[in-house]
Amino acid sequence: MSKLFCITDDPISVEEVVQLVSRREAGAINTFIGTVREFTYGKRTLHLEYQTYRSMAEKKLEQLGVEIEERWPEAKTAIVHRVGRLDIEDVAVVIAVSTPHRADSYEASRYAIERIKEMVPIWKKEHWEDGDAWIGDQTETNPYPEGAPQKEDLK
Amino acid sequence: MNRILLFAGLQEKAGQESIELDAVGKTVEEIKKKIGQQYQLDRLHEAMTAVNEEYAAHDYKIADGDVIAFIPPVSGG
Repeated sequence: MSKLFCITDDPISVEEVVQLVSRREAGAINTFIGTVREFTYGKRTLHLEYQTYRSMAEKKLEQLGVEIEERWPEAKTAIVHRVGRLDIEDVAVVIAVSTPHRADSYEASRYAIERIKEMVPIWKKEHWEDGDAWIGDQTETNPYPEGAPQKEDLK
Repeated sequence: MNRILLFAGLQEKAGQESIELDAVGKTVEEIKKKIGQQYQLDRLHEAMTAVNEEYAAHDYKIADGDVIAFIPPVSGG
């Protein structure tokens, strides 16, 4: 794993993602690890399946990296998202952000996960005991609340 | 000619991953309407559209060779 922004079919090593952003200038490395939850609002998940439009997703993750650089010029970011079948407690996504000072790393990391849930073409299918469904949004808010992408998301 | 890519629920509903058709000169909105009717994708209006891996507005005109992708609400993370 050497690309800063990638989609993978394999289990993610948190340590490897951290290594991608580790550097002498950093005084903080913030990691976000998104994992597969067993219960959502009382409903039991058996396993998940993630699908992606891989080439576009990687491009959008790179774009996200540019957005972070614009907002936090001293930040270095790496994001790896796994796709395919994932079981409970498996790691679905790892975001690592290194910055000279800690506050920026927290902010940039939060920004990254929220943007992933807004505009990166990755979909999750829930498999329950009594059926399955592709999830449109888990945050109870619609992606693109305006019903259209923001200016920066358009060609 | 153009290729349309389908994902997640749209792919399942249509029973295929992609559609080949000539969409040259048509807008994103026109193509969406046509495909929605043809494949009975009643939730296609919720999807975003990408052309050549970039999100495109409703009035974007399709050129020859453009790859169109319908992007249902995403749920990564």
